[in-house]
Amino acid sequence: MNLAAQINSILAALILLTAFGLLVQRRIYGLLHLFAWQGLFLSISTAVVGYTAGAHHLYISSVLTLLLKVLLLPYILYVLIHRLQIHKDVETMLNVPTTMLIGIALVIFSYHLTSPIRELSTLVTRSTLAVALATVMLGLLMMITRRNAVTQIIGFLAMENGLFFAATSATYGMPLVVELGVALDILIAAFIFGIFFFHIRTTFDSLDVEQMNRLKEED
Amino acid sequence: MRIYPFIIEIFQIAIVLILAPIFIGWIRMLKCWFQGRTSAGLFQPLRDIMKLFYKDVVLAENASWIFRFTPYLVFAVTVLAGGIIPILSVDLPLSATADVIALIALFAIARFFIALAGMDIGTAFGGMGSSREMMIASLAEPAMLMAIFTVSLVSKSTSLSQIVQTITHAEFILRPSMAFAILAFILITIAETGRIPVDNPATHLELTMIHEAMILEYSGRHLALIEWAGMMKLFLFTSIGIASFFPWGIAAVDNLFQLPAAIIFMAVKFCIVGIVLVLIELGLAKMRIFRVPEFLGSAFLFASLGMISYFILE
Repeated sequence: MNLAAQINSILAALILLTAFGLLVQRRIYGLLHLFAWQGLFLSISTAVVGYTAGAHHLYISSVLTLLLKVLLLPYILYVLIHRLQIHKDVETMLNVPTTMLIGIALVIFSYHLTSPIRELSTLVTRSTLAVALATVMLGLLMMITRRNAVTQIIGFLAMENGLFFAATSATYGMPLVVELGVALDILIAAFIFGIFFFHIRTTFDSLDVEQMNRLKEED
Repeated sequence: MRIYPFIIEIFQIAIVLILAPIFIGWIRMLKCWFQGRTSAGLFQPLRDIMKLFYKDVVLAENASWIFRFTPYLVFAVTVLAGGIIPILSVDLPLSATADVIALIALFAIARFFIALAGMDIGTAFGGMGSSREMMIASLAEPAMLMAIFTVSLVSKSTSLSQIVQTITHAEFILRPSMAFAILAFILITIAETGRIPVDNPATHLELTMIHEAMILEYSGRHLALIEWAGMMKLFLFTSIGIASFFPWGIAAVDNLFQLPAAIIFMAVKFCIVGIVLVLIELGLAKMRIFRVPEFLGSAFLFASLGMISYFILE
């Protein structure tokens, strides 16, 4: 293993670690910090892959990740949380050790799932594909186990991080046009989420999505 | 029959016996400095132990042989463990007797008997301490084994001397699995040796005690032996950590000239470990006992992630 691959696998490990951190973190500002860290590791990893592979458009997507996922999105969410005054919330959630065990099982599952691709691929980054898939699954698990709307959104964004990482490690990144499009989508989505949060908040006085069960007709 | 491995062995056990209280003294001294207090000096724990040996033993009327036997057993087991872990040199005659898994079992024997002794007298605090200690043990041991397995996977052996030799001679590679294993090992060491945030060794509040609650009824030389064993346990866990993650500087086989360097390396490493430990303890408050499963759960998570990432990423 050369040095770049080693650094890349350390960064992959850190991304996995932050994904688990997101899964078990109770405090909402802690979640934001972890999400920003994950974006930072992702951005560095993209730059390292771009340097190793000589794919220079990856530098652009690295900078894009840095601006969007480390600075802008956490800032927007921070402002949202501040405006909605939910920062005191310490979320109740599923039993933490159980969630961790499910998470470990998901990591093993994604390793099993990606091992045929790993055999076929010749890229330096092929081993991180399993981590990328695991990050997607952990984001999904986070969306399932959490009840607060904001934390579900963070889970969604973490899933997107995982997809981006998968694209980088499987094929050295998507074409730049696609990446720009996805980045724009994420940005727009963040704004729409914000508007929806306010609506949910004014209708139900809470961001707990369990409250939405009240929308069902009683039978 | 070579003689000098036996000399090293005896020398190392002496070092464990003497340096373990001094290491505790170093941690207390650093803590005092960081908190702006005057410290009692490096040798205060040694003096405490010596003082306890002069005192009389007060035994409860209904104390059985387990209560009297436990301090000697705990002390002996800990000293034996001190002879197995390569602290100065890998050339130890005793190191062939037990690998890391057996070493963990040795510590488990000591813990089992302390828990029994805690319940033996029949006081409420003793039983409470024993049950808490066993809860922590049942969660810490799987995590410890997973962390050790990760190291064994990397170095292809469960014998600590072998691990030291493999890691020292192999080319240095950044390994995510080892990074995870180190994290897990630090958390487990904190829990196993009863430091903040899991247990507070300096507490006087019986309701929050874990380790102290079990040994509340001991006095005199019994207390001295148990305290001494507790100090050695911290020293030995640190040594296991150093041997499996930072073994550079431990003397190789058939190389007497490396011994002085090994002693210096050991002193430097222990000083650094003390600083790290004190910084952790100063930054955190003792957590609620019901948070401990989550703390050890994350240790287990780190350890298993380390093992998985050995297969995925390396």
